[in-house]
Amino acid sequence: MAPDDAPRKDAMTDGSRQLVEMAWDPITRIIGSLGIHTKIDFANRQVAECRSTSSIFRGYSVFMKGKDPRDAHQITSRICGICGDNHATCAVYAQNMAFGVVPPALAEWIINLGEAAEYMFDHNLFQDNLVGVDYCEQMVRETNPGVLARAERTAAPHADRHGYRTIADIMRALNPFTGVFYREALQMSRLTREMFCLMEGRHVHPSTLYPGGVGTVASPQLFTEYTVRLMRYIEFLKRSVPLHDDLFDFFYEALPGYEAVGRRRVLLACWGAFQNPDRCDFTYARMAEWGREMYVTPGIVIDGQLRTTDLVEINLGIRVLLGSSFYDDWQTGETFVRQDPLGNPIDQRHPWNQTTTPRPQKRDFAGKYTWVMSPRWYDAASGAHLALDTGGGPLARFWATALAGRVDIGHVRATGKGVEIHLPKTALAPPLDLEWRIPRWSNTLERNRARSYFQAYAAAAALHFVERALVEVHAGRTKTWSEFRVPDEAIGCGFHEAVRGALSHHLVIRQGKIANYHPYPPTPWNASPRDVFGTPGPYEDAVQNTPIFEENGPDTFKGIDIMRTVRSFDPCMPCGVHMYLGNGKEIAVRHSPTFGAELLR
Amino acid sequence: MAEIDILWITAGLGCDGDTIAMTAATQPSLEDVLLGALPGLPTVRLHNPVLAYANGEAFLAPFRRAVAGELDPFILVVEGSIPNERLKQEGFWAAMGTDPATGQPITTCEWIDRLAPHAWAVVGAGTCATYGGIHAMEGNPTGCMGLPDYLGWRWRSKAGVPIVCVPGCPVQPDNFMETLLYLLYQYVGLSPMIPLDEALRPTWLFSQTVHEGCDRGGYYEQGDFTAEYGSKKCIVKLGCWGPVVVCNVPKRGWMNGIGGCPNVGGVCIGCTMPGFPDKFMPFMNEPPGAAISTSAVLMYGRTVRALRNFTKSALDKEPSWRRTTPPERTP
Repeated sequence: MAPDDAPRKDAMTDGSRQLVEMAWDPITRIIGSLGIHTKIDFANRQVAECRSTSSIFRGYSVFMKGKDPRDAHQITSRICGICGDNHATCAVYAQNMAFGVVPPALAEWIINLGEAAEYMFDHNLFQDNLVGVDYCEQMVRETNPGVLARAERTAAPHADRHGYRTIADIMRALNPFTGVFYREALQMSRLTREMFCLMEGRHVHPSTLYPGGVGTVASPQLFTEYTVRLMRYIEFLKRSVPLHDDLFDFFYEALPGYEAVGRRRVLLACWGAFQNPDRCDFTYARMAEWGREMYVTPGIVIDGQLRTTDLVEINLGIRVLLGSSFYDDWQTGETFVRQDPLGNPIDQRHPWNQTTTPRPQKRDFAGKYTWVMSPRWYDAASGAHLALDTGGGPLARFWATALAGRVDIGHVRATGKGVEIHLPKTALAPPLDLEWRIPRWSNTLERNRARSYFQAYAAAAALHFVERALVEVHAGRTKTWSEFRVPDEAIGCGFHEAVRGALSHHLVIRQGKIANYHPYPPTPWNASPRDVFGTPGPYEDAVQNTPIFEENGPDTFKGIDIMRTVRSFDPCMPCGVHMYLGNGKEIAVRHSPTFGAELLR
Repeated sequence: MAEIDILWITAGLGCDGDTIAMTAATQPSLEDVLLGALPGLPTVRLHNPVLAYANGEAFLAPFRRAVAGELDPFILVVEGSIPNERLKQEGFWAAMGTDPATGQPITTCEWIDRLAPHAWAVVGAGTCATYGGIHAMEGNPTGCMGLPDYLGWRWRSKAGVPIVCVPGCPVQPDNFMETLLYLLYQYVGLSPMIPLDEALRPTWLFSQTVHEGCDRGGYYEQGDFTAEYGSKKCIVKLGCWGPVVVCNVPKRGWMNGIGGCPNVGGVCIGCTMPGFPDKFMPFMNEPPGAAISTSAVLMYGRTVRALRNFTKSALDKEPSWRRTTPPERTP
């Protein structure tokens, strides 16, 4: 049993409390299908129990069998409509390994620039057009009028940087469509998508990404068009980051104890991003070395300690568990990969050996209740299957990179305690030095804060990538693609950071065709249900710990603290939440709000 | 002032990429439509899960009212491929919300069945919702399909509007928003019935092949084909299906005129087409027909290229009466 599971047990079996079951289904302002079902203890203002469910099955692992391995990136891009390019990139990494091809350095800089633009775009859109609404004036007025009153009286500490006098002014600027900052963010998310399209062709399913490199035509013009936009975005960040600092700091101040909202044990996974073409040769045997050279360091952080930065060790520990998911088990199924190229044994529950057989059935919250599986990381040191989360992406990336202390590229420097980010002068603003510091908690507000800072990280890293790409172009090394041959038998794996966190693709080729393919995006890690050991997934776990600060009672309850927690993970699927009342037995089932419920029968 | 609701279901088998694409549009932008920035527009209320203020039942309320016939008029937008729920014993492939009577999820098919008869128009956003797309690939366990296959190709809304298909994987942002704009103008009587082709696509957006709008078409004409990605030349031999695919992306760019597919070095994989993806795979092979047509163009192409190079080199020189050396300067 994982140690992080222990404190939750009493809440689930305590029959003396008044619990109300409530459900939000679908949870909006996320990507995809996610349901969160909770039991809430209103007397003690706490969420007692939570289950996370997803109501859509698509079957990539099933229909990819037998397809041409060169098509893997084009197919898997379609997994996600907001970060499909992260999938395409990760698939290309896995293809490169399986095909034994090393793209020209320029291609890697172009991919890094595309992916950096994706982080800028996606974090921007999600933070200010989806998450931001949970902190906007309209929402705070409806959930915590007392907090809004206080926000009206509270001067924004960085007003000189972002131009909003009070915290309430910031909140008003975040109101959907009518808010000034909401609209500006939407505009900026288009500018950064243009940057993305320059490098990878189209957003969100790239047209110019291939195993072996890119089809992008690398001329000075390409980098000029990118840099002009990048600098305009950096100018925006000089207002955006201080604005979010002011907003999130205010919640700690206005609602003492808010650090407990969405808090869970520090169990963070980051699979690394931005290849260093000087080191990366895509061989499995040297993966530990070149993995550490990535410009976002891969790592697993347990209780604030960096457990490993070794991609081989990370790979070997991945286990996909069932327990609450609508699938048949594959424990006795085919074993595709018995050992890795270094001779390490590969577990039957590893993605290389997974066989996906869907088994649609009635949803039963005491049994099987979701299409999501339960990826876990087996920690050989403790024997535990850890339910790692990604902190919504940025929190884990920062934490691992900061502790590893390896990244030092001028514009960005990891210090062991944090990460320094230097933003240069822009048209109307002087240079700005930012520092992300390792926070005291892995909680809702810190996941969100990291999302603002990581936009700056990606922008600063992009400056480095442009410099390096231009060195290639100026030297006349403009080739962007290396030829390859598809082997009859091969395996490959790719590790990357999707916008919302750790992403892996595992590929097995037999007779020149895909024999097995399993992508593990961040959302299965974060949105996973209770596994076979009873360990809840991170959303379940984080929501279960959440105290309720909302001022509304059960009748008008919006569940804002729960919504903020779920969204802090940047879910990439649509969701729902349900609640019980009285002595742990269900005496009322409410949907929130209740009107119209009888219409669809 | 006229009013209309847009009920947008993303709960097909999809990726929400068409909703995200919509947020990239600028001609018109989402704000332009919702804030009434264009003349003559009705008041539009958008109910899309990715952008909605409300959650759960509050979000579903207008959908439930529409099912009950209490919300009128509305445009139903479907995103994602529609599964065949008959292909299994129990449970569901795709659903949105929970049925309070059973505690079980409400399937996407049930929503479409109950909403479509009340809709003023039904729009498929992206190739999954229009023709099945990537999730309808051979070997898929869900038996999924596009809206015309699900409702019937001859289906008409109660206002007499056929299913409107805006394909693309994802949909080109402005193509979608412009189609929506057209329908809004049609709704208020400022435009006639939306013109659609036999695949139910708006004709003014889908009347041209990729090749006809591709700025690399000149290389094709001159028989100049590359065997390497990253080249400026025609990439048909790398697997580009542009000559036979209906799509305006190379002409229009991906967003704000930037990006695209063959125009920026990516092979066209036919993602707007009803035959996508199966008829275009493997994507990195030269299309079978391309071998013949490129051979046919080769002799003509090489000849005109040589002639043009000859003329170009002449034009690259200034006329003989202009100075070709700097004048002597006074110190």
